[in-house]
Amino acid sequence: MSESFKALFKGRLNTAITVSLLIFFAWLASELLPWGLFNAVFAVDLNACREARGEGACWGVVGEKWKLIIFGRYPFEEAWRPVVASILMVGACIAISQRQLWRPSTFMIAGLVLTGSVALMVGGFAGLSYVPTERLGGLALTLLLAILGNILSLPLAVLLALGRTSDLPFIRTVCTSFIEIIRGVPLITVLFMASFMFPLFMPSGTNPDVLLRVAAGIIIFSAAYQAEVIRGGINSVPKGQIEAAQALGMGYWLIQTRIVLPQAFRVVVPPLVNSFIAIFKDTSLVTIVSMYELFGSLRLALGDPEWRAFYIEGFIFVALIYWVFCSAMSRYARGLERDFAAARR
Amino acid sequence: MLNQPKFRAMVWQALLFAVLAVGLWILVGNLNANLAQRGIDFGYDFLLGPAGFDIAERAIAYESDSSYLRAFVVGFLNTLRVAVIGIVVASLLGLMVAVGSLSPNPLLVWLCRQFVEFIRNVPLLLQLIFWYLTLTIVLPDTETPAELLPHVFLSKNGLQFPWFLAGEFPSLEYPVMGTFGLVGGAALSPEFIALLLGLSIYTSAFIAEIIRAGILAVPKGQTEAASALGLTRWQQLKLVVLPQAFRVIIPPTTNQYLNLTKNSSLAIAIGYPDLVSIATTTLNQSGRAVEAISIIMAVYLSLSLLTSFLMNRFEQATRLKER
Repeated sequence: MSESFKALFKGRLNTAITVSLLIFFAWLASELLPWGLFNAVFAVDLNACREARGEGACWGVVGEKWKLIIFGRYPFEEAWRPVVASILMVGACIAISQRQLWRPSTFMIAGLVLTGSVALMVGGFAGLSYVPTERLGGLALTLLLAILGNILSLPLAVLLALGRTSDLPFIRTVCTSFIEIIRGVPLITVLFMASFMFPLFMPSGTNPDVLLRVAAGIIIFSAAYQAEVIRGGINSVPKGQIEAAQALGMGYWLIQTRIVLPQAFRVVVPPLVNSFIAIFKDTSLVTIVSMYELFGSLRLALGDPEWRAFYIEGFIFVALIYWVFCSAMSRYARGLERDFAAARR
Repeated sequence: MLNQPKFRAMVWQALLFAVLAVGLWILVGNLNANLAQRGIDFGYDFLLGPAGFDIAERAIAYESDSSYLRAFVVGFLNTLRVAVIGIVVASLLGLMVAVGSLSPNPLLVWLCRQFVEFIRNVPLLLQLIFWYLTLTIVLPDTETPAELLPHVFLSKNGLQFPWFLAGEFPSLEYPVMGTFGLVGGAALSPEFIALLLGLSIYTSAFIAEIIRAGILAVPKGQTEAASALGLTRWQQLKLVVLPQAFRVIIPPTTNQYLNLTKNSSLAIAIGYPDLVSIATTTLNQSGRAVEAISIIMAVYLSLSLLTSFLMNRFEQATRLKER
């Protein structure tokens, strides 16, 4: 008998737990398999779906609505643009995540690719038709907001973290208050600020683009969280290193950019990936200020009264998409953490 | 003089001050111009005027001609109610999952890990709306409520149960069948139940991870030493492991409690009248965006500051007394 098999039946309580869990799994399988598989309707057939209701799932809802779920209100004839943009964005992220490629040039190229993919989706040049930003949607918008919200926020986060750890009292107070205020309020309020309050503070007559405003809100929000993560990394750099650098006659910026930040970043990559995951999930909130990212598009699709009854299938489809992205990222973060811990030993 | 660190510090700070002051001056100028154009005077006087909208769930007396201020208080109490109950449920559920994932039974460990992995990797908003839609379908009709316990009913009206009669303290009022379902007693609405379910399940996954990590952080030598001293398993846990684990567990758990409270603002998506959804209704009705949003921010900030103040006190009290 294998070791883990023995562990299942060691002791009376343990055996009881194992047996009841096995019964639970068997029951779950007997309920879910017929529903999800054997009695399910895979064809886009509303009548078959209605007949199978309660007995089997209607995966046809995905077949019928996937265009709307994945692309939102983006004109479908132009769908290749968000597809190419999404591939570029995911590719850039995968490139950045490879440690062999952690060089400034990689980040520059990734930044260019991101800008390029936004331009590709909006268009209006080189024969590409112009698509207004409020028509952007679906998975591409989720990716775009999450990536913009995590990459463009980094410089601001670094400045805030440096400010909060600085010796200058006024700068420290300003940065600390900014970080604490943003972290103290829900993302919804930041999004409301971006969509209702921001226009009031702009010169009258100007109306900044809605995508720009929402992205700015997410960038500010994630910068405050990233700043705290980076501050942890900055504090983990031994003081002796800074003193040694000062003794060599290095100035503040030289010490920060050459001594402190490179070491701090090594420590903070895993928690930064975790904050990326949080923002990736949080992009679903932009539905509340009427932008249709992945989850918002699902709800747009389920607005169709014919298919609304099969919402569970739609929710499962979208939940799986989120789950695939988020668990891939958290696996990556855990791997990095393990490697860094091993390297320190 | 330019190389004097003190002088340079002054210059940097003066520069930041100037930038902030000029920026603020421009923004306030724009705001005043915009508000004047729309014919709105900035100010909080409107709070005393009649709100004019109804609120389905209220802990204190509220009519549609009550003031905006009272509406905000009702919303705040609704936020507190779901947050406090949610924190209790999330902690219990989180503790159970953590204990399960540390158990010697590999099957139970697997189940708990899968639960945590799935719940943490799907957006809360999706989970909330899923629970809400499911509840509105699964719950029995109001005409045929399910009696869970004697005098406790579950239906599309929510969970209805006996409650104390106002003014006559010891006597209870029971829900009884009226023409359109049960009346009397107290009720938890389906919106409240969905929000509570969603928030506490989501947060419990995070709390479970924190508790698990906290218990694992206690060095193995401690348990071995305790068992060498002849302590029983329960004594080891109670006297040696948990007191040390708690020091690691409490700060991040408090953070999760704050997150739960902030996340309760997603109530707006399922129509539970919490502080944020009351503020949004106010904003849409009166056009007072700056005032309404500043009130939400002030309330959440005070909650955060209060919590971090209490946390600091706690950390000082439980700091390891090392010689």
